[in-house]
Amino acid sequence: MSALMFEMSEKARALGVPLSVQLDLTYRCNERCVHCYLDHEDHGEMTTAEVKDVLDQLAEAGVFILTLSGGEIFVRKDFFEILAYARQLAFCVKLKTNAILIREKEAARIRELGVESIQISIYSHRPEIHDAITLVAGSLKRSVDAIRFLRSQGLKVIIANVLMAQNMQDYPGVRALADELGVECTLDPTITPMMDGDRSTVALGVGHDGLREVFRDSSLVGNADEFCAIPAAPEESELYSLPCSAGHTACYVSPYGEVFPCVQFPLPTGNVRTQRFLDIWRHSDKMKEVRSIRLKDLTTCTQCTHVTSCSRCPGLAFMEGNMRGPSSLDCEKSFARTGVASANMLAKAKKQNVTGLVQIRAAADLVAVSA
Amino acid sequence: MSKLFVARNPRVAARCLDGEMMIMSGRDSTLFTLNRTATILWQAADGRTPLDEIVAARICPEFEVDPDTALQDAESLARDLAGHQILELSEQPIGQPANSSEARR
Repeated sequence: MSALMFEMSEKARALGVPLSVQLDLTYRCNERCVHCYLDHEDHGEMTTAEVKDVLDQLAEAGVFILTLSGGEIFVRKDFFEILAYARQLAFCVKLKTNAILIREKEAARIRELGVESIQISIYSHRPEIHDAITLVAGSLKRSVDAIRFLRSQGLKVIIANVLMAQNMQDYPGVRALADELGVECTLDPTITPMMDGDRSTVALGVGHDGLREVFRDSSLVGNADEFCAIPAAPEESELYSLPCSAGHTACYVSPYGEVFPCVQFPLPTGNVRTQRFLDIWRHSDKMKEVRSIRLKDLTTCTQCTHVTSCSRCPGLAFMEGNMRGPSSLDCEKSFARTGVASANMLAKAKKQNVTGLVQIRAAADLVAVSA
Repeated sequence: MSKLFVARNPRVAARCLDGEMMIMSGRDSTLFTLNRTATILWQAADGRTPLDEIVAARICPEFEVDPDTALQDAESLARDLAGHQILELSEQPIGQPANSSEARR
């Protein structure tokens, strides 16, 4: 984030302005990525008119950065109508897409409408790996073709490379592909649970050794020793800082009009189909609760070595059962990075011993019931 | 002396935050913030109102400044913003009038 953007974000936070919103236009998708956290059935997504009304409300609320995502945004037949409307309202529009429906004509239209950037998911530079993740034959070629069309229009493209065990070894190839295409590349080793809480997708992740490899790769992190150093004890003032921007300057609107603090934080705070966006943003008790949390309020994490350096996601913590609690996925990252177990990991290890005692008690209960 | 017309470049992204306009360049994603004077100029830049009228009607009353000095400063500012492709300048009225209600947001 640039210094100026940081300054604007701080100002927006002080004023209570949602500077950045992700609006998912649909959960439908033309790929079936093995790690995807969404239910792709359409359960009644917002109509064109409803989406336009939401955009009006977001502009009125002061939203500047609007990320249009999904699902796959281009499966909506009204996508360009929505995009044109968003640009009329002068949003800084970013798109997230698999891009397989983008050809020359679509790329030219995106350019004409003044989109800021297009983030495209690429899992590998090898079709046999990428296509095995998207479960769509030929999808890598189509996505890469799309990147070329977009680049030929002078558009800014960012490759998003999500890492799993399945494609872990290919990230250098993806980065080389990005260089060849003249685009940026981001790498994310986090596989999140499904929106409904099903954690089966998490098992697809790169695991401890994979995380260590990524965190030790100086081409990604710069000085690896510095990046992986054990953090110093936090200053008292640092414990008053915010866990992240969710609910402070950012939030998420689903295709069904539900408003959440973040795309990764499925705490329902209201629905724009029945309430004004600003009423939800300003007055929802749940949004206020999210906003009230400081690092000092976290259970377990305040005692942790990693409290100020951890990438702890409040949404992932919420999905584990407590928005003030730890996020195990981030604990694993802190552990892989520094070699120091988190307070949560130590507590869990201790609890596992207690679990043995619980089993003995359950057996006793059974005896009691039989008697 | 010929009139100068100014219009907001429709390719930029813009939003007003606490009276100051944030502008994201459509050319290279550079972020700009405009001070209150520049924000007034941006909001009034509909492509149809000449710059001197904008200065007389919107800037002078707001800042109690000498009209000639204000116009000189506004011209300099407008050319600077045009250099960043944030505004368009012409001696003729410019293109389709932008929706002024959007500009105030």
